[in-house]
Amino acid sequence: MLDRITKFFASRWGIISVGAVIGILGPTLQKLGNPKNMGICVACFERDIAGALGLHRAGVVQYIRPEIIGFVLGATIAALIFREFKARAGSAPIVRFLLGAFAMIGALVFLGCPWRASFRLAGGDMTAIPGIIGLVIGIAIGVWFLRSGYNLGRSQKTYPAVGWIMPALMVGLLLLLLFRPVFSEGGPIFFSESGPGSQHASILISLGIGLLIGFLAQRSRFCTMGAVRDVILMKDFHLASGLLALIVVAFLTNLVYGQFQLGYVAQPVAHSNLLWNVLGMVLAGLAYALAGGCPGRQLFLSGEGDGDSAIFVLGMIVGAGFAHNFNLASKTDMIADGVLTVGGPSQFGMAAVILGLVVCVVIGFTMREKVAKGE
Amino acid sequence: MSEKVDARGLSCPQPVIMAQKAISGADFPVEVMVDTVTSRENVRRMAEHLGYKVTVEQQGDEFRLVITK
Repeated sequence: MLDRITKFFASRWGIISVGAVIGILGPTLQKLGNPKNMGICVACFERDIAGALGLHRAGVVQYIRPEIIGFVLGATIAALIFREFKARAGSAPIVRFLLGAFAMIGALVFLGCPWRASFRLAGGDMTAIPGIIGLVIGIAIGVWFLRSGYNLGRSQKTYPAVGWIMPALMVGLLLLLLFRPVFSEGGPIFFSESGPGSQHASILISLGIGLLIGFLAQRSRFCTMGAVRDVILMKDFHLASGLLALIVVAFLTNLVYGQFQLGYVAQPVAHSNLLWNVLGMVLAGLAYALAGGCPGRQLFLSGEGDGDSAIFVLGMIVGAGFAHNFNLASKTDMIADGVLTVGGPSQFGMAAVILGLVVCVVIGFTMREKVAKGE
Repeated sequence: MSEKVDARGLSCPQPVIMAQKAISGADFPVEVMVDTVTSRENVRRMAEHLGYKVTVEQQGDEFRLVITK
């Protein structure tokens, strides 16, 4: 029985059905209270968690998102049932931390991870297109490094307790969410009273959907970065068919809910600064490719015992702290008195993207095993 | 002589890239060692996609894939 389920999820129809289910659940979460075109955004939601913990003080984006907790724990449950839970770690953790931090900075200059880029597109936000183009460029650069011998080295099998750290951290976050302790006057845990951080579906629904997606994605290895990478690297459309299913089904679901709103400027939690939509996602895409997974996939891997992915996730959360404390994250488009102000990053955000690209390229060039000539 | 690829501890796409390289220069059968189910499925899918036969043998918590023409 377990074997047959595994075979189904490894099949083309398996990955397509997982993409389709996520495509329904994302807009449904939005309908039930999550921010517009942000039914699920791994980067944004980790940023909200960073805010809730006080790692940044952007008051409008602070909430402990149960979806993230569900993603990790759902993957843990799936891995345990199918006997795939395996504690492993030790493949260049500091590099993964750095890649996570810069991936988050790139994502927050665009204002979303690849999941949200897909949901934005499916919601009619045409500024998602330059973001996706940037993502593809970033991943293509990563593929070039992979072809020229880049890799972060082998991980080692380790004590089971190592693999349990990330699931345990998520249980801790869940407790903080449920009991909402206040650690000092005017101090954390913070919960936004306005803005995107204040918009959310109920805890039970968010957690339940998170657990379901975590379970399905662990079984099917759903990965938005891998989808693009495998097409470029070896013309393998397996993961890509899952991502396409997500976008098409999310588009249809948005139509049904009346959430589809075609446009380019002043879209929900987005900006129409073309160049930085592209460049932010080039940085993020390259960082995901060098780290071997999109933000979602890194969560699922961390749930099945991968300590290196856990470090990437922690890097993203810390990166979110930097992104808001140092004014790197983009401002959204604003319309006041009928006048449009195009959003985008500050000069610090621009500098951070350039710095991130330089760091990623240096990582790509310097962490290659020698490849024999002619290959 | 058969070709041997040790992709244990490496995460995808590394095992797939290594297996692909081994196949393209090959002396069959090509033997690939991996240690996650994900790598097992990915290598198997790549090889079958290219029209090769794959047999899988579980060794403890590792997998030995043998790719033949």
